[in-house]
Amino acid sequence: MPLEARIAEQPARRLRGPLIGHDQRDMVFKDMIIMNALPIPTTRHAFFTGKGGVGKTSLSCACGLALAETGKRVLIVSTDPASNLDEVLGTKLSGVPTAIAGAPGLFALNIDPEAAAHDYKERMVGPYRGILPAAAIASMEEQFSGACTVEIAAFDEFAKLLGDETATSAFDHVIFDTAPTGHTLRLLTLPSAWTEFIASSTGGASCLGPLAGLEKQKALYAATVAQLSDAAATTIILVSRPEKSALREAERTRGELAELGVSNLRLAVNGLFTALRSGDAIADAMTARAALSLAAMPPALAALPRHEIGYVAKGTVGLDSLRALGQPIPPAVMIGTTVPPDLPPGLDGLIAEVAATGHGVIMTMGKGGVGKTSVAAAIATALARAGHAVTLSTTDPAAHVADAVATDIPGLSVTRIDPEAEVALYRDEVLAKAGAGLDSGGRAMLEEDLRSPCTEEIAVFRAFARTVDQGRDRFVVLDTAPTGHTILLLDAAQAYHREVLRTQAEMPQAVRDLLPRLRDADYTKTIIVTLAEATPVHEAERLQADLARAVITPFAWVINQSLLASGTTDPVLALRGQYEIPFIQRVTRDLSKRTVLIPWRA
Amino acid sequence: MTKLEVYDPAMCCSTGVCGPDVDPVLVAFAADLKWAAEHGIEVVRYNLGQEPQAFVVNSAVVKEMEAGMDRLPVIALDGHIISTGLYPTRAQLAAKLGLGTAQPKITVKEASSCCPPKSGCC
Repeated sequence: MPLEARIAEQPARRLRGPLIGHDQRDMVFKDMIIMNALPIPTTRHAFFTGKGGVGKTSLSCACGLALAETGKRVLIVSTDPASNLDEVLGTKLSGVPTAIAGAPGLFALNIDPEAAAHDYKERMVGPYRGILPAAAIASMEEQFSGACTVEIAAFDEFAKLLGDETATSAFDHVIFDTAPTGHTLRLLTLPSAWTEFIASSTGGASCLGPLAGLEKQKALYAATVAQLSDAAATTIILVSRPEKSALREAERTRGELAELGVSNLRLAVNGLFTALRSGDAIADAMTARAALSLAAMPPALAALPRHEIGYVAKGTVGLDSLRALGQPIPPAVMIGTTVPPDLPPGLDGLIAEVAATGHGVIMTMGKGGVGKTSVAAAIATALARAGHAVTLSTTDPAAHVADAVATDIPGLSVTRIDPEAEVALYRDEVLAKAGAGLDSGGRAMLEEDLRSPCTEEIAVFRAFARTVDQGRDRFVVLDTAPTGHTILLLDAAQAYHREVLRTQAEMPQAVRDLLPRLRDADYTKTIIVTLAEATPVHEAERLQADLARAVITPFAWVINQSLLASGTTDPVLALRGQYEIPFIQRVTRDLSKRTVLIPWRA
Repeated sequence: MTKLEVYDPAMCCSTGVCGPDVDPVLVAFAADLKWAAEHGIEVVRYNLGQEPQAFVVNSAVVKEMEAGMDRLPVIALDGHIISTGLYPTRAQLAAKLGLGTAQPKITVKEASSCCPPKSGCC
């Protein structure tokens, strides 16, 4: 359907779409867009997946509530460590199913994957405390402290609920507000990984360190993976915003899941904004941008059955607002908005402060979708216009950066770290160095090890170190920094190299210098980018804590895309702006010494 | 039959692909063990992170660890510790095993497992 026609059709919304079953899906809902209807699953299991802040928790709760109100018994499960499920459902939750007050039949539980990882580590290490030397215990614990352990521990919790029918037999539906990543699934479905583990008495296992203690549960995992790919048992809902980056992420997940044979997928586009009347520049731009992003969505994603859920100004906290989600939105009534007098300033002051140092690295960090690239581009452009030599380095596809930067600014060069190219480079280097002379079986094993997520992290990391190195005599602005976990990994690796000098693994000099440079507040200025919304602020707070563990203190926080500061007079958007106030205050009062507020720009 | 036991530090995977760089020592050592096995040596490798029980039951290894974790890897031949704190070269290994320095019949290397100790990858 042409875009204009679809937009024109939008006011004719149905109250609520029919319940969707797998069997119906293929016949009826292919290529079908269901306006203003929740993606309510009819399968026993449903997973909501998507990047932070797209509304996974809101949609899973709204669907769970809708099912409970038709008389079903429903369990909602969250494995998000930054979960606000308690807040959304208005009931204090724990690790066991808890009845939700005011919603008969609805239950929820919260799994903290980090707590689960901690328990798992204790199961593995605890029995040896007091038996092996303390230093041995410490080194064992380190092996169970990384991201893979957390990932596997979280999957372990999934598996208990999904692979073991008796665990949830009291419920008609089990809804997860998160989903295991493609990487987890791949790791668990690698038959060679498992067989190698079992045959590991001499050769050692392939990357199964954190899985070792879970080997007994192999059957349970196999059952779990089978459930996930059984279209009659499980629906996976890819949640996105009508934005290019969120849709890209949904497409990536779709591809990964499809590769693993998971086929019962649907797309939920949450927060679709359409201005009730034109004339407000912000509202018009937002309407056009949403429509464009949907029109430009990758074909395979566009082919999925799709639910579109309208933009709500108010958050989705409490059962009443959950019930309202997916219903036609009543026109917002202007109730008089106020803009607090003490809003943080714009970018100019921060840029002047940075420019005064003459050279160095500026990193914008934050979860996807908060606008790291556009903030980095704005800083780089301003520094170049002030006469400095500037490199803007990005991991975003080049086309995307070209949108954000005028390319003809003297002194500004734009470079790109392409994760795929870096991985290929690193893989070739490793295979040339360590893989020479391996037989085909040995080479296959090494290649499989190289598919581990650590490889991409390391490869990108090395490219990142090279780029940071350039900051000695110019400005380098980076839109993607490694995660706190990667930085800690480097820290651990350096400690390892210090202690174990006998190893001959060469660490490039730029990599050696990286951590001291990142910690040097004169050399590197770390900027946390976030939005004035619940989930992005929670995530940014966690990022700041990760950085603190790596002894890196952010220079400033940037709150991006503020509707409050945008000057919009659209009733819905202005109301949304009012809901930003407590989050802006939280950042300026509790989280950051230096805060910048950037208005949403048309 | 001669038995060679290797008590590795806690590690996730010993091709080292998860570390900042692959450690060729680990890759080569895995290949050397394979070579020893092909010469009739029974080779058993224990990883502290995955098989702590093997360390617990060997008081000599525990004693080494008490002296310092840098004593790992501990390598024992028929129950007697022959080296600590390093991965021997093939020549050193061959001398200890009385295999001479003859070239292996098959020069097959095998990638064994995946990160260096303390790489923190897993």
